[in-house]
Amino acid sequence: MNDAQHPPQAGRYIGQRVERKEDARLLTGRGVYVDDVSLPGMLHVAFVRSPIARGRIRSLDASPALALPGVYAVYTAQDLARFKIDMLSFFLAAPAVQITPLASGRVAYVGDPVALVIAQNRYIAEDAAGLVQVDYEEETPVVGIDAAREGALVHPDSDSNIAVAMGEEHDEAIEALLAQAPHVVSTTVHHQRVAQSPIETRGVVVAKHGEGELTVYLACQSPQMAARYIAQAFGLPPTGIRVISKDVGGSFGLKVQPWREEIAVIAAGLIFGRPLKWIEDRLENLTASNQARDQQMRIRAAFDNEGRMLAAHSDYDLDNGAYPHGADCNIAVSMFLWAAYKMPQFNFYTKGWFTNTVGLAAYRGPWAMESLARETLLDIAARQIGIDPIEIRRRNLVYKADQPRTTPFGIPLEDITPAECLELLLQKFDVAAFRAEQAQARKQGRYLGLGFAAYIEPTAGSAGISVLASDVAQIRIEPTGKVSAVLSTHSQGHGTQTTMAQVIAETLGVPLADVSVHEDDSSRGGFGAGASGSRQAVAGGGASIKAAELLRDKLRRVAAHLLETDAQRVRIENGRILVDGEPEKSRSLREIAEVAYGEPERLPEGMEAGLEAQYRYRPPPLTLSSAAHLCVVDVSADTGFVKILRWISSEDCGVMINPAVVEGQIAGGLAQAIGTVLLEHVSFDARGNPTAVTYKDYMLPAISDVPDFEYHHLCTPSQSVGGFRGVGEGGCIVGPPTLVNAIADALSPFGAIPLDLPLTPSKLLEVIEGRSMAPRPAESAPVPVPSAPVPSAAPAPVLEAPPVIATQTRIDGIWKLVLATPIGPQKFNGNFVTDGDKVSGTLDSDMGSQAFSGVVEGNRLRWDLKVTKPVSVTLKYDVLIEGDKLSGKVKMGIFGNAKLTGERG
Amino acid sequence: MSSHSIQIRINGRVHQATVESRLLLSDFLRDEAGYTGVHVGCEHGVCGACTVIVDGQAVRSCLMLAVQADGCSITTVEGLAAADGTLHPVQQALRDTHGLQCGFCTPGIVMTLAALREAQAAPSEERMLAALSGHLCRCTGYQGIRRAVRQLAGTPAESAHE
Repeated sequence: MNDAQHPPQAGRYIGQRVERKEDARLLTGRGVYVDDVSLPGMLHVAFVRSPIARGRIRSLDASPALALPGVYAVYTAQDLARFKIDMLSFFLAAPAVQITPLASGRVAYVGDPVALVIAQNRYIAEDAAGLVQVDYEEETPVVGIDAAREGALVHPDSDSNIAVAMGEEHDEAIEALLAQAPHVVSTTVHHQRVAQSPIETRGVVVAKHGEGELTVYLACQSPQMAARYIAQAFGLPPTGIRVISKDVGGSFGLKVQPWREEIAVIAAGLIFGRPLKWIEDRLENLTASNQARDQQMRIRAAFDNEGRMLAAHSDYDLDNGAYPHGADCNIAVSMFLWAAYKMPQFNFYTKGWFTNTVGLAAYRGPWAMESLARETLLDIAARQIGIDPIEIRRRNLVYKADQPRTTPFGIPLEDITPAECLELLLQKFDVAAFRAEQAQARKQGRYLGLGFAAYIEPTAGSAGISVLASDVAQIRIEPTGKVSAVLSTHSQGHGTQTTMAQVIAETLGVPLADVSVHEDDSSRGGFGAGASGSRQAVAGGGASIKAAELLRDKLRRVAAHLLETDAQRVRIENGRILVDGEPEKSRSLREIAEVAYGEPERLPEGMEAGLEAQYRYRPPPLTLSSAAHLCVVDVSADTGFVKILRWISSEDCGVMINPAVVEGQIAGGLAQAIGTVLLEHVSFDARGNPTAVTYKDYMLPAISDVPDFEYHHLCTPSQSVGGFRGVGEGGCIVGPPTLVNAIADALSPFGAIPLDLPLTPSKLLEVIEGRSMAPRPAESAPVPVPSAPVPSAAPAPVLEAPPVIATQTRIDGIWKLVLATPIGPQKFNGNFVTDGDKVSGTLDSDMGSQAFSGVVEGNRLRWDLKVTKPVSVTLKYDVLIEGDKLSGKVKMGIFGNAKLTGERG
Repeated sequence: MSSHSIQIRINGRVHQATVESRLLLSDFLRDEAGYTGVHVGCEHGVCGACTVIVDGQAVRSCLMLAVQADGCSITTVEGLAAADGTLHPVQQALRDTHGLQCGFCTPGIVMTLAALREAQAAPSEERMLAALSGHLCRCTGYQGIRRAVRQLAGTPAESAHE
């Protein structure tokens, strides 16, 4: 049932379902995951963790733990303070609030690491962790977004619980359009918090070798990225740090950067000197590993009488927890909300909030809320306006014929195909026959439903985020004639040792079995971000093709010289050198390679010895993938249980390297989508205690919950080298709305379903039976906590225009400024010179210096600054100076407002 | 802490050791006997990654103490393939069907299916799927695993729609 429409340039290896090179070791128990690493003299670490969500550490007594035989040391934040560690974001930006590896003075969530114990084995380390005496002064925690609006400051030194905010809450033009429109559809979607839940938890082994040299075995998404992160966090030279990560048992965003525990263990290893191991257990993973989603969105969208989009406004809130991997308002949600549709005008308001829960991390398709919110709204709109849900999509989706065009966010659309994917899907499924079956079934009390969703997905973004800008392939034909490649890709199940070898074997013309790919050791090759943002096929594949082409060209020149022929006549096929018309000149790669390495005097004059090539590839700024999915469900009116009967995927990820790997990525994402919609829920009680801390309570989908998926592939080559598009995250993005829409369709005779995930049987029974299934109130009543006095959160200060106060204020001089941007706080200096009602000067950072000029009104300064990177936009600064403090906002075009703060330098 | 002398046959080789009574069988197999193909995913018996065969039965080695295995014969995933490297039919089926991605849950799935085949020459598709409902895989959406089960049961590969 798998078919590819117009498979372009299917090659000997590219496009083939070859078996994976990784599987031989993984099937026989010979993989090497971090917990499989054991070093001589290695000791084990366990953490002492906060049992409360918020409070002050009054005192800590480690002596009972230290008295236990087999315990070597107990470290707290004070012990690690010597390193002055910055817990950087994935973008290697400094955090918005101070984050130390171990809790320093205060705890901010249940599971916050307070101390670490080093012991002979993990059993003793855990015994000892239980003996460390910590006295806490507990405070009322801030749990959930609503509490964050009104509650105490999560970080008492900050001025608001808003981590980042952008956009505009009120847009006159949009409001006017909404007021006049024939149809306005309004929805609010709640997406629960979920845990990425790789079956292998986090883990690290650290070994210090003398001074300034460190080997770190790590469960991560890129050894290169981790080495760079650790070097920067500790201020060590990157050459002294070697990160090894052979096999990783899944990640899905969780292991994208080392976090507090891994960094604490590395710090402890630097202090203590002996090799240390920490392997997270599942309880820690479900309570203290950063988590994902936990967001809500209200959309209002206007349509004309034919169901065509007119205007929309979205208001989005995201729970960052206490210490997110990067303080975030998830701007990509707003950027892609309408990107695949012909939405003439929209605006948005987006905020990330701090709360007393474990922090936010990435999870497959971190911006997936855009598809969930939009696609569920479209179905509601279709019902409200009285047209078919397929028709409302056809009338608004961007077809090939509508391109090129640019989204209101400035994203160029040239070759997206969500509409064509939808049309292909409709060829594969008889909607009319289903509707007849559905009507018949309802008469018998069976509730079948059909759901659709379409979307586009940004993959392999290389613009504006320096760590994602490029990938490198270093390929050599060894003197043996076999091919070794060292790549900056990295697999946590992706199978890049296979797919990259397919690309290299195809380009070089050698057997797949002769190509070995290495990506497990940061010291072997150059920087790249590994698995992140569905980029490896595009960035790693492109780098591999370019490097293999360089190597192929050199090989042909060498062979032509040695065989006294013209390079144009030399071909490489199945690992042999062939000369057109002269079969007697056929040579093995080994014969040529032995000369290239061992007898360089026989090479063309001036040519470098050996057969090695390297290419660092920068993919296009953004490569877009498209898809449309449908599923059919049967919802039991007796139990509220959802059974998925059929699921069809129709997707376009460009040229496929290995269709089995592509389908594996789609399927894995869809299973996670099913878990998100029906099962998974990281929940907290009113005191901030996690209430789903084992896999009995945090329910992952099992084989019995997931149907057989059917796949259909459109294969529109992208602009990247090789024509590939990313496919790693899509199932997890398009899956949730597809399933929610199907459930809503099934239960439409009973009324609307709540857009509040997960859709548990009890929530659906409330719709079916029209009565509340909520637990008795006594079970969920909040328990008051004696609270120390803490300052209250200031209401959203970001978007208020600064008041003008006409007093004489000292403006001139150097100011240290911090701009809160979507990729983290950006620090720079401002040098202001006033002259009457004019101000001029420069803004200076590591990236360079830019001059500006503007106006002064009292203590208010305003100026505009045009920038071209990462996107072309005019930044409008509007700031207020009071004493030695500066505050205000910067309007960043369509990206809305960002908060600017500063102090006199 | 009490210590016990135990003797366990693992993958055909006899191991003798003195262990604390609280030592989990999974930790013994990994850390003392060196069979790191036994993967620990949850330590509370839900995920199934640590499954090994103890005296013919598929057992979650995180729910058993090493002392309880005294005198038992255990097979881990390292002990399944033939001496010449030929994969066990279950391993081969998973390889043929792209039944794994990260490979962390895989040893447990392999051992559960291998135990079924030890007990019964040709377990049915339904029997195998029921046994696998106690295993968590986060990568594959179980698609390749289900194809492998069908291959082992001799069910035609494309039995679904169309």
